[in-house]
Amino acid sequence: MERVNPISYPDHSKRRILKEKIFLGLVIALSAITVSPIILIISKLVIKGVKQFSFDFIFKTTPNTYEAMTAVASGENIPGGVLNGISGTLLMVAAAALIAIPLGITSGVFLYENQGKRLANLVRNVSDILQGVPSIVLGLISYMWIVKHITHGFSALAGSVSLSIMMVPMIVRSTEETLKMIPNSIKEAALALGVPYYKVIIKVLIPTGFSGMLTGILLAISRVIGETAPLMLTALGSTMVNWDITQPTSALPLLVWEFYNDPNMVDLIWSTSLLLMVIVLIFNLVSKKIAKSRQ
Amino acid sequence: MNKNIAKIEDPILSVRDLTVAYDKNEAVKQVSVDFKKNSVTAIMGPSGCGKSTLLRAFNRMHELYENIHITGQIILNEEDIMKMPPIKVRRNLGMVFQRPNPFPTMSIYDNVIAGYKLNGIRLKKSEKDEIVERSLKDVALWDEVKDTLFKKGTFLSGGQQQRLCIARALAFSPEVILLDEPTSALDPIATSKIEEMLINLKKNYTIIMVTHNMSQAARISDYSLFMYLGELVEYDKTKTMFTNPKEKRTEEYLTGKFS
Repeated sequence: MERVNPISYPDHSKRRILKEKIFLGLVIALSAITVSPIILIISKLVIKGVKQFSFDFIFKTTPNTYEAMTAVASGENIPGGVLNGISGTLLMVAAAALIAIPLGITSGVFLYENQGKRLANLVRNVSDILQGVPSIVLGLISYMWIVKHITHGFSALAGSVSLSIMMVPMIVRSTEETLKMIPNSIKEAALALGVPYYKVIIKVLIPTGFSGMLTGILLAISRVIGETAPLMLTALGSTMVNWDITQPTSALPLLVWEFYNDPNMVDLIWSTSLLLMVIVLIFNLVSKKIAKSRQ
Repeated sequence: MNKNIAKIEDPILSVRDLTVAYDKNEAVKQVSVDFKKNSVTAIMGPSGCGKSTLLRAFNRMHELYENIHITGQIILNEEDIMKMPPIKVRRNLGMVFQRPNPFPTMSIYDNVIAGYKLNGIRLKKSEKDEIVERSLKDVALWDEVKDTLFKKGTFLSGGQQQRLCIARALAFSPEVILLDEPTSALDPIATSKIEEMLINLKKNYTIIMVTHNMSQAARISDYSLFMYLGELVEYDKTKTMFTNPKEKRTEEYLTGKFS
């Protein structure tokens, strides 16, 4: 058989290689621009904040303006720390999680069990809308409900309620998505053993999907830890360590805002932000790790 | 009764005029059949003939789905299954599925006694140990896992997982074990182990197995049941059916004219 000559065509290989290089360079440059803000933020916080970091910073409460002023005037580090913020954040986030986790998981299970039904679709849409409500509005609502009618004054409880409303939709979604990923065969295996349906949910489905739900919960917590606006209207702030849920309470993001407004204490902004950032990062990394470890 | 249906004296499980419909499509049509105690019965037929649907009706798995309607009677030891509480039905008829499905959060030990654990039945430690050992010995898994009982069941190989699932069904000491293509996801070695084990199990249990694999049915079953398009076509001793089928459709299926 006669061999057919391949069609000859101009050789553009040089131009193609050049194009490829330009494109690669572009991709790298744009990626660098994308990640640069986080690097700039962290480096700025570390450079400006690290000098305030000390044992006292974690274990003492905020100084008053006068103490800070004299320290700044004599060129020393500002005394005191942010213990009231740390304890307040801990208290409010824990209370918010306590409210949001049972609500979120039960609604998530409800949505999973009623796929495609009208009420479930309504609940899912409402929950999605709730996720988009500006946090300051949630603060206002909590002010109306809790501050005015239940605790009759600014309180950690009011702050927790506003934070929990932010957490619920995230937990609902992650619960539903996790349960959906569990193979039906696991459910059938339990039912074939004569296990009543509610026990299948509590003893089989939830434990099987536990790590997925935990990821959602940790992400929700890391979202609300940094929330400032709703707390300004509800928890107000405090210069003391407070564990009473009916009293005004401080929080790390609230302290950042207070320091910003006080010219004598501006230096503390950086270290407080750094601490907040580190906590949020830890939550994020842990939840990523858990998400990765599950198959 | 149809002349192609073997008469069984003193059956353990009797099915009368059973019809199972998905919405309006009847997947199993007016099936009446008796199962013999302490034997292996194979349910054969091409895909979509309703064999799995028939098997799943026996322990009322269809109740989970709203669009499935069942009429007819299923009688276990002179008691109507449809009128028994589901937990009693499922304790008397253990089920093993196509793909091994051990509970991923539980250890091998807990998987075997999962039926007790999940139903909130409290047992003494010694009783639990005894059930676990007996069940795992029944499926010839004990020697392979006795040192790793508290490891997760999902670390086992596919064949071991499937034997673990059979052990889980045996833990309740059911009268009947229903197997839905138990070896279709396994390799030949794991398959032959399970077949060997099933032959041993029929001393104490009645085994009803759906299978796609005709040679498997020929190897291990005493009775065979052939279904086509939701109807029960022929039911006889396996030897008789494989050597001398009465129905043309059975013969065509067995000789590979269709599958």
